Amino acid sequence: MQDWQPTASLSTLKARATFIQTIRQFFIERQVLEVDTPALSLGTVTDLHLDPFVCPFDYDPSCTKQNLYLQTSPEFAMKRLLAAGSGPIFQICKAFRHESAGRFHNPEFTILEWYRTGFNDHDLMQELDQLQQQLLGTSSALKISYQNAFLEHLQFDPLTISLDTLLAKVAEISDDDWLKSESKDTLLQWLFSTQIEPVLGQDNGHFTPCFVYDFPASQASLARVSENDPRVAHRFELYYRGVELANGFYELDNAAEQRRRFEDDNQLRKADNKPQRPIDERFIAALEQGLPDCAGVAVGIDRLFMLAQSSRHIEEVLAFPVDRA
Amino acid sequence: MASFSTNQFKAGLKLMIDGEPCNILENEIVKPGKGQAFNRVKIRKLVSGKVLEKTFKSGESVEGADVMDIDLAYLYNDGEFWHFMNNDTFEQIAADEKAVADTVKWLVENDVCTLTLWNGNPIAVTPPNFVELEITETDPGLKGDTAGTGGKPATLTTGAVVRVPLFVQIGEVIRVDTRTGEYVGRAQK
Repeated sequence: MQDWQPTASLSTLKARATFIQTIRQFFIERQVLEVDTPALSLGTVTDLHLDPFVCPFDYDPSCTKQNLYLQTSPEFAMKRLLAAGSGPIFQICKAFRHESAGRFHNPEFTILEWYRTGFNDHDLMQELDQLQQQLLGTSSALKISYQNAFLEHLQFDPLTISLDTLLAKVAEISDDDWLKSESKDTLLQWLFSTQIEPVLGQDNGHFTPCFVYDFPASQASLARVSENDPRVAHRFELYYRGVELANGFYELDNAAEQRRRFEDDNQLRKADNKPQRPIDERFIAALEQGLPDCAGVAVGIDRLFMLAQSSRHIEEVLAFPVDRA
Repeated sequence: MASFSTNQFKAGLKLMIDGEPCNILENEIVKPGKGQAFNRVKIRKLVSGKVLEKTFKSGESVEGADVMDIDLAYLYNDGEFWHFMNNDTFEQIAADEKAVADTVKWLVENDVCTLTLWNGNPIAVTPPNFVELEITETDPGLKGDTAGTGGKPATLTTGAVVRVPLFVQIGEVIRVDTRTGEYVGRAQK
């Protein structure tokens, strides 16, 4: 059996250690507190397209057998700390998603997540831009709204297009059957992933990191909806060389709306014959107590490091990917 | 034939797509941060030879294609079919013009070729990477020339035309890389 060996070279693992040290230093210099929250949680994400690992736990004092969930990101726990008055915080930890491994995916991956009180989404984009410049040696990132990204690359407005017109647009590009019965959001995501993402920030073959902001409100996730344009939410992502690197929000602080979104997600899961998920009640309780005005972002460290190393496959930057777990 | 889930997709897997057996050349999982995951695959249609890209929703299943590759020695052409034989069992298989296609110009008697069978019938013939063929026609050219001056065209016994160095003459047997159609050298006697 040869697969006991690491897939990353030892020199890459050394460079990775330095890379992560640089990230830590970035936040320490800015007086952002490093925190360490549990990977297991009683509640979990309700997203239609996000599945957690489920772990049985037989030793709760109540003697009822229950399931704990491995975190898909440390978001809920970190927001509970924010509500408890932590001030700005960051964490570098493992996140787990029950999905296929691939060139840019390992079911267990390293995530950097941080929250800045008093920041909005654009303030946080600026800070992430500084970090990525320091880590990747790139120039300052470009910024484009979700709406303009579609207008520029596909010549239609994603916020006003009807489902029928959108289906016709997709049909011009692909005759893949499954797309014919998908929702507007999935079609937009498909177009974004296949047509826009690969060329975002590209100019004559040269790439510049690029932020996309103001995602549709239907894809708001945990971001607050814009006060100026309720069709969009304060959510952004960072892309570089066709790779999605980060997802951030000007955080929703309304407990009732957050609960409604979770419940809506569960309805979508039910309609899709997927198991419904237990809502993280402690997270909701923290929002009820009051989340300070803040923005937060999650960054895929493995991918970021892949780009720093010009690696072709995530295996090249991991000690042991899932098939050698 | 079994079905394959997108989780089982990998290069080399044979699937039925649009009623035609296909070979996966590349498979990539795409997962928008908050969206539906899908597989982006590059496939070669094994009958038409066309290469195209498709996406499949993750978790979907696709019917497998009963396609296998076997190595057989080329025997002869009867005017309509090209006959191949399994050197171990002496079983013979005939491939039609559509299956042989461009490979016809690289068929050398007794050379072992790879036949792709779909439901037992040949749909493609792949020649060995290197074949040795005699030159039937080429300009006399200049003696003493060495490779690197661009060379001249030479017609081989099968009708294939290959660029050869000027010093190579009619009647000589040359070695050709069938993947690129390029002259490699004079055959070892």
